[in-house]
Amino acid sequence: MGKLKKDAIEALQVVKNGDVILVGGFGLVGSPLALIEGLTSIPVGELTIVSNNLGESGKGLGMLLNQKKIKKAIGSYFTSNRDVGEASKRGEIELELNPQGTLAERLRAGGAGIPAFYTATAQGTLLAEGKEEREFNGRKYIMETGLRGTVALIRAYKADTLGNLIYYKTARNFNPVMATAADYVIAEVDEIVAPGEIDPEIIVTPHLYVDAIIKTTKILTKGGVVDL
Amino acid sequence: MSNDEMQELIARRAAEELKGPMVVNLGIGIPNRIPQYLTDKQVYMHTENGMLGIGPADSDDLDPNLINSGKEPVSEMAGASYFDSAQSFAMIRGQHVGAAVLGVLQVDQTGRIANWSVPGKDIIGVGGAMDLLEGAERVICTMTHTTKNGEAKILPECTYPITSERCVDMVITELAVFKFEHGTMYLTELMPGITLEEVRTKTRANYIVCIEK
Repeated sequence: MGKLKKDAIEALQVVKNGDVILVGGFGLVGSPLALIEGLTSIPVGELTIVSNNLGESGKGLGMLLNQKKIKKAIGSYFTSNRDVGEASKRGEIELELNPQGTLAERLRAGGAGIPAFYTATAQGTLLAEGKEEREFNGRKYIMETGLRGTVALIRAYKADTLGNLIYYKTARNFNPVMATAADYVIAEVDEIVAPGEIDPEIIVTPHLYVDAIIKTTKILTKGGVVDL
Repeated sequence: MSNDEMQELIARRAAEELKGPMVVNLGIGIPNRIPQYLTDKQVYMHTENGMLGIGPADSDDLDPNLINSGKEPVSEMAGASYFDSAQSFAMIRGQHVGAAVLGVLQVDQTGRIANWSVPGKDIIGVGGAMDLLEGAERVICTMTHTTKNGEAKILPECTYPITSERCVDMVITELAVFKFEHGTMYLTELMPGITLEEVRTKTRANYIVCIEK
């Protein structure tokens, strides 16, 4: 049935070597854990991962890091996984650090067809090096570029079969903005319903952004990640 | 005073600065200890991972998908809302957040801070610090006065990379409160039992003593 896929592996068939993959989540919260596990079991590498963090040590994207499938990571806070600094020292991964708001806005711009924008964030700091600076109304700004992915892996709470999505509490985070910014968007959800069953007033991600849907096999509990 | 006691003292003093109606973003570390001392019901807490109106965690009913920026469990206050990261940072960068309370590694005598990177270590985490410095209407910094080894953190110039060219408004330590105006640092308050002399020996920056209370 259209966008519904059997499992993570089937949905991930589109992923190729060297792809830029956007991955939602703030730490493990709102992270598409089944899709990430799927990525660890298919033969693709040299990936660029765009995600706020690279999971935690050995968890979430941390698994993919340990498999050396990530060539480059673009994010704001890799500190939450101690393996990232070590991998970077060994020259196994290239890191691009963005202020968190800049990362979010680059994705928003990428998804909205905006190639670049100016922001005051990071102006005058090490993270502004090499970036164009311009003054507007007496204040200095730097130019940042829009960011897009080949594939986005996002986590939502509920989908209808058309691909309309709603989210759950702070598991929303980067997911809706990443859903707008990739050529192929896969949503991992807790529940799938028929069109019309989600109130149109509360839909956060309209279906035109979503290409594939899978039902999750993993949930985050008080005790950690549990397989369903 | 233990490190824990120092952090509590600083958090309690910082809470006095937060008067509603106001939207406040609290950083990781000492600022996360502030909510327990807040009495004003019209102080609404914003967290950059996408929520306005966070409340204290209910230990009997923790939700693993309901966290603050420090990845600690929180709860929903009445009137809370959720939004995505782009909107959350648009709130910050668009100057809709009244105050940010941040943890800091160093502050210079003009009020510029360093809180995201240490020379010689990997530059691997910045989070929302730079966005908050650019966008929050008022920035209050909370930190222990010296490092664990007793080195000064209030300096003529930061030796660590700065977070922003923007100067903060206030620094609260376990010894004193400093305010910054037009590039000048003022010592405005001593914590109970602390002398000017003690502050002087532990502060390597130039400041003007202007005790307000």
